[in-house]
Amino acid sequence: MTDQAFVTIKNAAKSFGKLQVLRDINLSVERGQIVAIIGPSGSGKSTLLRAINELDPLTSGEVWLEYVQINKTLPHRQHEAHVNQVRQNIGMVFQHFNLFPHLTVRGNITLAPRMLKGLSEADANKLAEEQLAKVGLTEKIDEHPSRLSGGQKQRVAIARALAMKPKVMLFDEATSALDHELVEEVNLVMKQLAEEHMTMIIVTHEMDFAASVCDRVLFMDQGVVVEEGPPAVIFQNPKEERTRNFLRKHLSR
Amino acid sequence: MGLDFTVVPDYFGALLMGAGWTVAITICAGLLSFFGGIVFAVIALYGHWALRLPVRAFAFLFMGTPLLLQLFLIYFGLIEVGIDLPAFAAGVIGLGLHFAVYNSELIQASIPAVDKGQYEGARTLGLSRGQTLRRIVIPQAVRAVIPPMGNNMIALLKDSALVSVIGVMELNLSAQQAISRTYRPFEFYLAAAFCYYIINLALEAGLRHLERRIAASR
Repeated sequence: MTDQAFVTIKNAAKSFGKLQVLRDINLSVERGQIVAIIGPSGSGKSTLLRAINELDPLTSGEVWLEYVQINKTLPHRQHEAHVNQVRQNIGMVFQHFNLFPHLTVRGNITLAPRMLKGLSEADANKLAEEQLAKVGLTEKIDEHPSRLSGGQKQRVAIARALAMKPKVMLFDEATSALDHELVEEVNLVMKQLAEEHMTMIIVTHEMDFAASVCDRVLFMDQGVVVEEGPPAVIFQNPKEERTRNFLRKHLSR
Repeated sequence: MGLDFTVVPDYFGALLMGAGWTVAITICAGLLSFFGGIVFAVIALYGHWALRLPVRAFAFLFMGTPLLLQLFLIYFGLIEVGIDLPAFAAGVIGLGLHFAVYNSELIQASIPAVDKGQYEGARTLGLSRGQTLRRIVIPQAVRAVIPPMGNNMIALLKDSALVSVIGVMELNLSAQQAISRTYRPFEFYLAAAFCYYIINLALEAGLRHLERRIAASR
C-alpha cells in the first residue's frame, strides 16, 4: 500500500435507522496536513469527525490511520482493546471541553499518560508542565477546571490531548462554546500546532480561521462532501451552488 | 425525688468508653457502607445477571426488614451455620451493609447523571470502559451524592445504638449498665443523649468540611 495517506476514510456511510447522516465519503489527509470541515448544522461534519476515533462508528466504510484500520470488525473484547489502543494516537478536543472536574489541571493531563503509558509521577509531572507551557497556562497546574475561564479550559483540554503524543488531532467545534473574546487564545494555540506540522482535522464554524490556517477545506451538506479544495478556491471561487449559498450566509457576518 | 446528676461523674469513664465504641463502630460501619454502596451500585448497573440478581435480592431484604432483626440474624443466626462472629464485627457488618444498600441507591441514580462528555473525554484518551468508570465516572457520581450520603451517616450513628442488643459495649449499653447499678435512668439516658449529640455535631462539622472541600472539584 504505497498510496496510503496518513488518515484515510474510504466509502464512509452512516445511518441512524432510516436517516442517512453520511453517504459515501472519501478523504485522505497527508501527514502534517490541516483539513477544515465546514457546513451547515446537521450536515454530518461532527459525525464524520467522531467516526475517525470510533466515538460514532460508521455503518460501512473504512477508517485508517497510517497502516492500521481503526474500525476493524473484531469480536467485542478485541474490538475494545483495539479501539483503546488506536485512540491513544488520536487526540480529540470537544466543544464543551470535557475536562474532568474532580481532578486538577495536572490530574487531567497526567491521568492517561500514567494509566496507559505507565509514566512515573515525576515524568508525568514534567510532561504536564511542558504541555501547559505550550498553551501558556503553567501557573494553573494545581487549579481545578471550575476555576478556569472557557478559553483556559479549552487550552487545558488541548494540552491534555497533546500529552498522549497523538499522531493526529481532531477538533470538534473547539471554539463554538466560547465567548467571542476568548476565541482568539484558543485559535492561537491551534495555529501554533499548525506551525509544528501537527496533522489536524478541524470541524469549525469560523471561516476566517479555516481560511488562514488550513491546507484544505471540505464543504459538507446533507451527509456528503459537496466540494473540497484549498481555502483560496473554496472561499473565493466555489464551484457549487450549495457552497456559495452557505458561504454567503457565513462570510457576511 | 428530683433529678440528681451527681451520680453521673462516677460513671464518666464507662460512658466515655461507650462513646469511644460508638465512634469506632460508626467509622467502621460508615466505611463499609460507603465502599459497599459503590460496589453494590456498580453491580446493580453493570454486573452480570448472576451477580446482579443476588445483589438485588439482598438489597430488597436489607431495605424491607428491620435493622434490629438483621443484627440478630447476623450475630445469632449465623452461628447455626458455623459462622461465629464477635459482637463488634457482627454490628459493623449489619450496620454497614444496611446503610450500604441505601448509599447504593443514591449512587445508582447519580452514575447515569454524569455528563456524557465525561465518558467521551476519557474514552478518546484511550481509557477502557472500566478505567473510565473507576477513575472518572464513580468519583464524580460519589461527589454528587455526598450530602445525602452524609445524612445516611448521621442515621447510621444514631442507629448504632441498636448494636447494644447483641452486647457491644457502646454508649447506649454503657448507660444501661450504669442505670442498672444506680437506678437513675433519666440521668444516664440524658447523659447518653448528650454524648450522641456531641458526636453528631462533630460528624456534621466533618461532613460540612468535606462538602466545602469538594465544592471546587465538582
